[in-house]
Amino acid sequence: MRKEILQLAGVHFSYDQRDAWKLEIRDLVFGLENMVCLVGPNGSGKSTLLRILAGILHPQDGDVWLGGEAIEHLPRATIARRIGYLPQESPALFDLTIREVVMLGRYVHGLGWSGGVVQEDRAAVMCALESVHLAGLAHRRLSQVSGGERRRALLASVLAQSPEILLLDEPTSALDIHHAVELMRLLAGFRPPAPAVVVVTHDINLASLFADRLLLLHRGRVFVDGDAHAVVQERNLRSVYGTGFVVEPHSQSQMPMVVPVREDQGSCGTDGREGGRFVS
Amino acid sequence: MGGKGAGLFLDRSNGIRALVPYLLLTLCSLVVLPWIGGETIDPASVWAWFRDSSTIHGIIFFEQRLPRVIAGLLVGGGLAIAGSCLQILFRNPLAEPWTLGISGGASVGAFLAYALPGVFRLPFGLDSTVLLAMVGAGVVLGGLLWCSQRSGAVPVQTLLLGGVTISVLTSGIIMLSVYFISPYRFFSFHRWMMGGLDIGGYQSLVPFLLTGGPGILLLVSLARAFNHLTLGEELAQGHGVDVRRVHRKALLGAGLVTAGCVSIAGPIGFVGLIVPHAVRRLSGYDSRVVLPAAGMLGGVVLAVADAAARTVLAPTEIPVGVIMAVVGGPVFLYLLLRRTPQ
Repeated sequence: MRKEILQLAGVHFSYDQRDAWKLEIRDLVFGLENMVCLVGPNGSGKSTLLRILAGILHPQDGDVWLGGEAIEHLPRATIARRIGYLPQESPALFDLTIREVVMLGRYVHGLGWSGGVVQEDRAAVMCALESVHLAGLAHRRLSQVSGGERRRALLASVLAQSPEILLLDEPTSALDIHHAVELMRLLAGFRPPAPAVVVVTHDINLASLFADRLLLLHRGRVFVDGDAHAVVQERNLRSVYGTGFVVEPHSQSQMPMVVPVREDQGSCGTDGREGGRFVS
Repeated sequence: MGGKGAGLFLDRSNGIRALVPYLLLTLCSLVVLPWIGGETIDPASVWAWFRDSSTIHGIIFFEQRLPRVIAGLLVGGGLAIAGSCLQILFRNPLAEPWTLGISGGASVGAFLAYALPGVFRLPFGLDSTVLLAMVGAGVVLGGLLWCSQRSGAVPVQTLLLGGVTISVLTSGIIMLSVYFISPYRFFSFHRWMMGGLDIGGYQSLVPFLLTGGPGILLLVSLARAFNHLTLGEELAQGHGVDVRRVHRKALLGAGLVTAGCVSIAGPIGFVGLIVPHAVRRLSGYDSRVVLPAAGMLGGVVLAVADAAARTVLAPTEIPVGVIMAVVGGPVFLYLLLRRTPQ
């Protein structure tokens, strides 16, 4: 069974005190579900929340606990042994090979200046490469692979850390539909001792299909928190995103899917669909 | 892995093997370069120095040229190591102590100590040159850090323009002040501003060893963290690197090294720029190899340039900084132009 890993209580955060925008989170617990997706429009605070969970940003008010200890006071190496964090962008300065990038994820397990690469490190790197289907490209350089492969290589470097929880900021953004589905299937399939996963994504459909729990964020607050049927409702999405789509059941799994529409009929054409149809 | 253009050395023996050629090159230049200079030296009389330390060739060899070669190896090495680190820290292939204006800041400090010897007196007869050079380097580094943290990432052009402006400004300030202090000393300061290794014996190396030595050790000790910084600061933090602490230590190290170099040789540009690029092309990107290798190659490059400086127009000497500028300027331009399209 999974257990609580990260807890937030009464968190207030703003990048600039003079700015009106701020993130306000009452109480949240992460780690109990296999996969949680954070969704919401641009600027709703998804990435900020993820950075706070990763201990990279510290809230002005409130507490973040990692296994009962205040994350603010933990050294980076201690955090990295338990949390794997993949930022949205990570521009590489040099043209490393994929294997080297993944090996960098073993930083906290290495000893001393030389890093002392041991069999356990090689095994973890190989395992991470295989799980993102890059084992065959391990010796390619970053400049010789596609954007999606590059993204998966960076994900593998975080997997190689062997953390308890993964925090991923838009891991599917550069991937084609096949690789995006593959990746979400992989992440959703993690069972202990594989890490719990928290994913920031713009793709509500992938989140609806794979996540055990969704958090819809809106203007720095959690708008709805629950499973796909509770969150992916037209009523919720309309108040957060506006118009331009309808919600329909998936033909195979019956999970709610967001479908874009060409002619925006506003709320009148969709009123009939709303209200409890997808709520189990 | 291994061989030309290898990246990170995942295997320790590969990394050590990559350093062997640089080590041999350094030893070679230490043995060969003292023989080169305006005066041709007779090996027999150098040998005789061991029995009678008053032979003229022995004195030139052991008390003038050898310390000078060692100074070249240390200063060139220090600048190349500082350059390698600054390039990663500022994520900028054109960063080095001179282009960022750190050398300029250090030289104002060193100049103050030279020009006003009575004002900055330290207890126990310590030399204030290095200390003031450190203050000067620290002011510029602090300013750079403040700018880059305030606005996220400083655009390449802004950083370089700012750095070069500081370099020009500081040398202008120094030239101007020299006129007010003592017009007679103008020439010697002018020489010093161009960068030279015509030092007087081994005791001139002491201030470098006191600041540059710890600085180099500090920078090299951060090599593993530098490898992570190449993937971006946030991912490095995610991997467990304490980025803020690494930044602070690296800036302190780069400041110490630059101050040490400037206080014995004046501001010398381009060693710190070209050598790290050459080493990365030859031996890959692993900072654990690049930093020691750049340290050795940078030293050899400067020591060789200095041998040329004292030979080409013998008995007149060209300041080695001028030679580095003439050779390094075009390389700098090449790197600048190659980068622009991105």
